[in-house]
Amino acid sequence: MSYSWNWGVFLSPTPSGSGTYLGWLLQGLEWTLLLSLGAWVIAFVLGSLLGVLRTVPNRWLAGLAAGYVEAFRNVPLLVQLFSWYFVLPELLPRGLGDAIKQSDPLIQQFIAALLCLGCFTAARVCEQVRAGLQSLPRGQKNAALAIGLTLPQAYRYVLLPLAMRIVLPPLTSEFLNVFKNSAVASTIGLIELSRQGQQLVDYTAQPYEAFIAVTLLYVLINVCVMFGMRWVERRARLPGHREGQ
Amino acid sequence: MYEFDWTSIPGALPILGSGMLMTLRLTLVAMVVGILWGTLLALARLSGNRMLGWLAAGYVNLFRAVPLVMVILWFYLIVPTLLKDWAGLGAGTDIRMASALVAFALFESAYYSEIIRAGVRSVPRGQVNAAQALGMAYTQTMRLVVLPQAFRNMLPLLLTQAIILFQDTSLVYVIGLADFFGAAYKVGDRDGRLVELLLFSGAVYFVLCFGASLLVRRLQKRIAV
Repeated sequence: MSYSWNWGVFLSPTPSGSGTYLGWLLQGLEWTLLLSLGAWVIAFVLGSLLGVLRTVPNRWLAGLAAGYVEAFRNVPLLVQLFSWYFVLPELLPRGLGDAIKQSDPLIQQFIAALLCLGCFTAARVCEQVRAGLQSLPRGQKNAALAIGLTLPQAYRYVLLPLAMRIVLPPLTSEFLNVFKNSAVASTIGLIELSRQGQQLVDYTAQPYEAFIAVTLLYVLINVCVMFGMRWVERRARLPGHREGQ
Repeated sequence: MYEFDWTSIPGALPILGSGMLMTLRLTLVAMVVGILWGTLLALARLSGNRMLGWLAAGYVNLFRAVPLVMVILWFYLIVPTLLKDWAGLGAGTDIRMASALVAFALFESAYYSEIIRAGVRSVPRGQVNAAQALGMAYTQTMRLVVLPQAFRNMLPLLLTQAIILFQDTSLVYVIGLADFFGAAYKVGDRDGRLVELLLFSGAVYFVLCFGASLLVRRLQKRIAV
């Protein structure tokens, strides 16, 4: 294999003249972080809400949440993303759809990817939160209701604080998945990290350097998230309470 | 309001069918190779040999830290070069399928190995001790006692992972391979009926995956001891 390595490529200027290829990668990293963190906020809030709904004593609400989970778990992420990006604007009322199509393409791509990743991950978060709630002894809920808390209060002050601590480890892996899944947004042209890596290959013809750099950045994100979540786990630990395992 | 026109789907069924075949082939090969290679990785991590354990753990953690899209692109970069150097293939040969197969098999084996590792560890320690007391060697213990029980326990998880894999194969879109999703996208793009084709492909994936997951749930109830 004859390949001429050139790590200096990252510091050479881009065709547009403003900035270097390293700048491209960092810009991609920025979009990846923005997209993933935004999607995680949606996924966490919506997923927790759906997880609670799956355990409430109401058949309709529980069924609705279960239907949501099945729908978002059984369609590939790529199909969901293309549906948010290509299909949704067509199905909205004409005026609104046209307004979306005429807006800045970068904003369109970002919003579609954000909603897609958020809703996709929410289904997974929902299942984790449900598992956490169901793993609690029945006595917790009964005791909460017996001291006069309403059902929402029981969830807010007793059940969720316990369940969330139990499911922190699986939630960490879902959080990591958001960053990895965000790479799918490159297919609709969002200039996130893996897209910028591909662009670098096209412009510089130095594929190995570009891919190694992108891969290392993803590994770095991974490591940071893992350390961050370990810190959260330590902070959230209840004294004298058995955690996870 | 948008007016649906589903007429381009019946004529496109042969293309979609061959796309589905490609999707199934990718899924099957990646699953079989992934489980075999994943078992070896899991055994390496459980072997107690420091060096082997480290290598296997490094492999698994690296693949699990990188997005699948990047893995597919990586192998699309590496496999053609290797094939050209080793097999002397011309530049014109289409090696997208080969590189996709390699990418999925190696990527999935990292995930399968984690499932299998947990499965092996779920077999009670006494089973290993009893096998050794009978005079079985390590390979015999694993092959005849531990792995059969472990695989029975983790069958539902392995199949669930296969359903995820089936969905993930749609990502070969990034190297332009016409699997089921790629075929649907191409037809939709050609006929200007992207909305219908995307909804149709989503519905097909949903029916297949939901049906398969119901079957796995039933299996799980039946083999539960």
